[in-house]
Amino acid sequence: MAIDSDVLVVGGGMAGIAAAVTAAREGADVRLVSHKASTLRQASGLIDALGYVPATEPTTPLREGPPTAGRELDRDEWPDPEGPLSDPYEAIDRLPADHPYRLVGPDALRDGLALFDDLVGDAYLGDHTDRNALVPTFGGSVKPTARYPAAAASGLASDDRPALIVGFRSLTEYDARAFADRLAAAGVPFDVAGAEVEFAEAFRADAKVTRLAKALDRNEEIDGTPAREALAKAVGPHLHDVVDAEGGVDRVERVGFPAFLGDDHSAEVRADLADRLGAAVFEIPMGPPSLPGLRLEDLLYDALDAAGVRFETGTPVVDYETDDDGRIDHVLMDRKGTKVPYGAEAVVLATGGLVGKGLDSDREGVREPVLDLHVPQPADRYEWFVDDAFGEQPYARFGVRPDDRLRPLDPDGEVAYGNVRVAGGVVGGADVAREKSASGVSLATGLVAGREAAREVTQ
Amino acid sequence: MDDQADVVVIGGGSTGCGVIRDLARRGLDAVLVEKGNLTHGTTGRMHGLLHSGGRYAVSDQTSARECMEENRVLRDIASHCVEETGGMFVKRPEDSEEYFQQKLEGCRACDIPAEVIDGEEARRREPYLARDVEKAIAVPDAAIDPFRLCVANAADAREHGARVETHAKVTDVLVEDGEVVGVEIEHDTGPGKRVHREPGTTEEIRARYVVNATGAWAGRIGEMAGVDVEVRPSKGVMTVMNTRQVDTVINRCRPKGDADIVVPHETACILGTTDEEVDDPEDYPEEEWEVDLMIETLSELVPALKDARTLRSFWGVRPLYEPPGTGTDDPTDITRDYFLLDHDERDGLPGLTSIVGGKLTTYRMMAESITDHVCEKLGHDAACDTADTPLPGSDDFSVLRDYMDEFGIRSPVGRRSAQRLGSRADEVLNGADPNPVVCECEGVTRAEVQDAIEGAGSDLNAVRLRTRASMGNCQGGFCTHRISAELAQEYPGPVVRDAEDELYQERWKGQRHALWGRQLSQAMLNHMLHATTMNRDGDPATTDADVDFGAFDAGTGPAGADGSEVDDATTGVTATDGGLDGDR
Repeated sequence: MAIDSDVLVVGGGMAGIAAAVTAAREGADVRLVSHKASTLRQASGLIDALGYVPATEPTTPLREGPPTAGRELDRDEWPDPEGPLSDPYEAIDRLPADHPYRLVGPDALRDGLALFDDLVGDAYLGDHTDRNALVPTFGGSVKPTARYPAAAASGLASDDRPALIVGFRSLTEYDARAFADRLAAAGVPFDVAGAEVEFAEAFRADAKVTRLAKALDRNEEIDGTPAREALAKAVGPHLHDVVDAEGGVDRVERVGFPAFLGDDHSAEVRADLADRLGAAVFEIPMGPPSLPGLRLEDLLYDALDAAGVRFETGTPVVDYETDDDGRIDHVLMDRKGTKVPYGAEAVVLATGGLVGKGLDSDREGVREPVLDLHVPQPADRYEWFVDDAFGEQPYARFGVRPDDRLRPLDPDGEVAYGNVRVAGGVVGGADVAREKSASGVSLATGLVAGREAAREVTQ
Repeated sequence: MDDQADVVVIGGGSTGCGVIRDLARRGLDAVLVEKGNLTHGTTGRMHGLLHSGGRYAVSDQTSARECMEENRVLRDIASHCVEETGGMFVKRPEDSEEYFQQKLEGCRACDIPAEVIDGEEARRREPYLARDVEKAIAVPDAAIDPFRLCVANAADAREHGARVETHAKVTDVLVEDGEVVGVEIEHDTGPGKRVHREPGTTEEIRARYVVNATGAWAGRIGEMAGVDVEVRPSKGVMTVMNTRQVDTVINRCRPKGDADIVVPHETACILGTTDEEVDDPEDYPEEEWEVDLMIETLSELVPALKDARTLRSFWGVRPLYEPPGTGTDDPTDITRDYFLLDHDERDGLPGLTSIVGGKLTTYRMMAESITDHVCEKLGHDAACDTADTPLPGSDDFSVLRDYMDEFGIRSPVGRRSAQRLGSRADEVLNGADPNPVVCECEGVTRAEVQDAIEGAGSDLNAVRLRTRASMGNCQGGFCTHRISAELAQEYPGPVVRDAEDELYQERWKGQRHALWGRQLSQAMLNHMLHATTMNRDGDPATTDADVDFGAFDAGTGPAGADGSEVDDATTGVTATDGGLDGDR
C-alpha cells in the first residue's frame, strides 16, 4: 500500500530541511526521507551565504592535451578571488549566469537566511546585519560567513579586543602559534598570540573531540581536578602572552579554543570558563567530526519536528514511476528489502552533491542516481579538473541544472518532471567551496523548492 | 687542494644512494648531490617490486640471476624496507602453455625457487584471483619501499662521513685540461636541509672523481661534460588502489605486455604498467588510456579491481640503455642489465663514469661494481661490505614489541610505526610526548613526522616519503594541515604555509588521474574542507587582498560592535516571493 503525502522531500540535509519546513508552513502535508546521515556533521557549522566571487578564467591559458609529467613545469594560474565580500547580496550579479543564486535571486537568499534564523533561534548570531562576519577558522586565518554559532561570536575578526588562541599538544588539527601568525599575516585589527597547552593528555591517546566535550559537559575530574578548572589552569599562564605593536604586554580579553567546549551544555561551559579566565571565550570551527555541525544537525531536526514534518532515515530511494503526464507518480523506497511506494503530488530532491552521494560517478560519467536526472559534464573525465587544486574545478560545479523554478532540466533544456524541484548540493552551477556559499545555496534553493512544491499541491 | 672531495656522486636514486654508502664505508670522502628529494627521479616512481628474477627468467637470464642474488641480500640487509609477500606468475586459459613451461625452466636455470601450483591452490592463497586462472608459478618476489631504502643508505653514508645534498641541481660539470674535476651545483635554499623561503646559493664542488648516477637524466649530465650518453627513457604508469586486493605479487605469465603486474605495497596495491619510449624524462604525456588499461587488463587477473577505488596514478621513466648499434625498436625488448660507461676509455674524458640501465633490485650490486671501479681509478684499496652489513633500521630487527604501553600509542598504530622504523623505533618513538596520530589513514604519529622533519627540513614531500603520511585514502585532505602544523615549532609562519600548499598540490596531482567514484567524492570533500572551512584559496593571509575589517560584522557584544549599523535599505523593496514573478 502506498504511503502518500502532498510533498515528499528526499534528503535530510540543510536544503531538504529548509524545503520541508517551508512546504509545511505553506500548509502542505510533508514527509522527509533520507538514506544516510547528512553531511552537516562534516561541516564547520558556519552558515555561509556568499564570501567570494572566485575567478573563472585563468591568468594564463590552460594546457592543451593530457597532463604532462613535467614536475618542473608551472601549473595553471588563477587570479585571487574577489573578496572577502562584506555584502553577500550585491555580488550575486557577478556570479555566472547559471548559478543557483542567479536563478532564484537575492531575495531567496535573504528569505532562506531568515528561515534559518527562525529555525535555530538564539543559537546563532549575525542576523542583526546584512554584512558578512569574518570568523577565525582552523587551518586558515579568517573566512567570511553570514551566520555563526553563538559559541563563535566572541571570535569575530572585526572585533579589536586582544585575543589568545589556545591549542592542545595532543590535538593535531592546528598549531596555535602558526594560527596566530596566520591571523597576524591576514592583518586582523587586534593583537593575537597562540599558546599550545597541556590538557587533553589526561585522556586516552587520540581521544575524539566528542569525548573531550562530554568531559567538559559533566565537569569530570581529571587527576583530581574538575575538567573546566583544569582547562582554565592550563590557559591561565598565557593570558599575558599578547604583545602589542609597541612591545607592550596586554592582558587578553578573549580566548579561542578548538570547538569542543561542551556538547549539551556548551553555553554553560563557555560561561564557566569565561568566568574563571576573566575573558570572553569562543570556539574555533573545526573539521570533521565537527561538534558545531552536530549541534546544528540537532537544532534543525528539532525544528523539522516542530514544523510537523514526518521524517524517516535509513531508507534509500531505489526506483520511481511516472504517471501518464510524465510526472513522478511515486518513488519506491527500500524498507528492509521490500520496495514500498511513496506517492506525492510534488517531490523535492535534496540529496546532496558528490560528498553526500546525491551525485554518483564512475569512469564513464557522473549521474544523479535517484531520478536519473541529467547532469551536464564534459564527456572526457580528464576535462573534469584543472591542474591547480584551488583553480576553477569543473567537478566542483557538477549537478542537475534547473530552471528558475528549480524544475530539473533534461539535455534539451526542457523541464524533465513538472512536479519535481531540486535543491542544495545536487544543484550544479555553484562552486560553493570557493564562493563560501554552501549553506546559503542550500537555504535559498531549499526555501524556493519548498514553496514551489507547496504551490504544486494547491494547484 | 684542501676542500677537494674524493668523489662526487650525481643522483639521489637507489643507485646513487647505494654508491655513496659504499664509497663512504670504504673510507672515501664522498658527496651526493640530487636535484630534488632522494628518490625524486625514477626510484620514487616505481611499483616497489623486489624482483625474484622470475620476470626475466626467459628473456634475460643474466638479469634474472642477479635479481635473485640481490633479492636474498636485501631481505637480509634491508629487512625493514622489504615485505616478504611472495609472488606468482599466473596463467589464464588464453596464455601460452609453452611460455609457462619456458618460464618454469628459466626460473630453475637461474636458481630462482619456483613451485607450480594449480588454480585452486592459487585462489586459496589469493582468494580474489579470477576463477579461470588455471595455474601459477610461485616465486620469491617481494615488495620493497624505495624511499625507506634510499633514506637508510644515505643515513649510513652520512654516519660514515659522507655529505648528502638534496635540492642541489647540477648546473655544470667542471672540465679542466681535458679532465672532469668536479661539479657546479645550485642549492634551492642553501646547503643542508631544504627550508622554504631561504635564498638559493651556488657552490662548486671539486673532486677527484665524478659518478653520474642520474639514470634517465644521464644524457643531460653527459651533455654538460661534452659526452654522449644515449639513454632511452621509457615511461610507465602505476595506478594505486586504496586497499590490498592481493597480498602476493601477481604477475601475468606471458611474454610481454602492458598491465601485467599487481604489487601489494603497505596499505595499497599498485598496478603496473606501460612501456613507451619518451623523448624527455620530465615532459611526457600522462594519458587516460594508460590508467584505463591498468584497470581493464588487470581485472582479468583480479576481477575485484574493475570497480575498486583508485587513489591516484603516477608515472616513472626507466633509464633504459643499450650499447650503440644494438638498434632495438621496442623498449620492452631492451635489456634491463646495467652498464658502466667509463668516459675515459669511451670518450677520452678522464674523471667521469656514468652508470645506466639496471633496476632497483640490483642497485647494491651496481653500486658495488661502480665503487670498485672508482677505487681502482683512485688507487684506493678497500673491500666492499655492503652485502653483509645491515642498513640503519634493519639491524637487530627481531623483536616487534607492544608499543601501545611503551609509547602510549594505540596498538595498531604502534605496530605500523615499528614496521616502518624497524630497529629505529625506540629512538624515534621516544621523541615526542604526547604522541598523537597526525595521519590517520596511514597511522603516522607526531614522533615519526618530527623525526622526518629533522632529516628533511620543511620539505613535506620528503616527510611524506619518509613516513607515508598523506599517502592513504584521503590523499592529504584530512592531514596536510596537521603535518604542516608540526613544522610550527621550528619554522616561521610563511614557511609553514608554503610547505602546506606544496604538499596539498602535490597530492592533487596524482588524484587527477583517479577522479571518479569514491575518490571524486573524496576530492570534493577535501575541496570543501580546504576551501570552505579553512578558506585556503581565499585566505587573506596568503592572497593580496587588503581587507577592510571595519566593513564586516563586528558582533553585538559590548566591546565589539559600534552599535551603529543597520540593515541596508533594500529589504522589502524587491518581490517577496523569491524573485519568481517573471516566470508566472
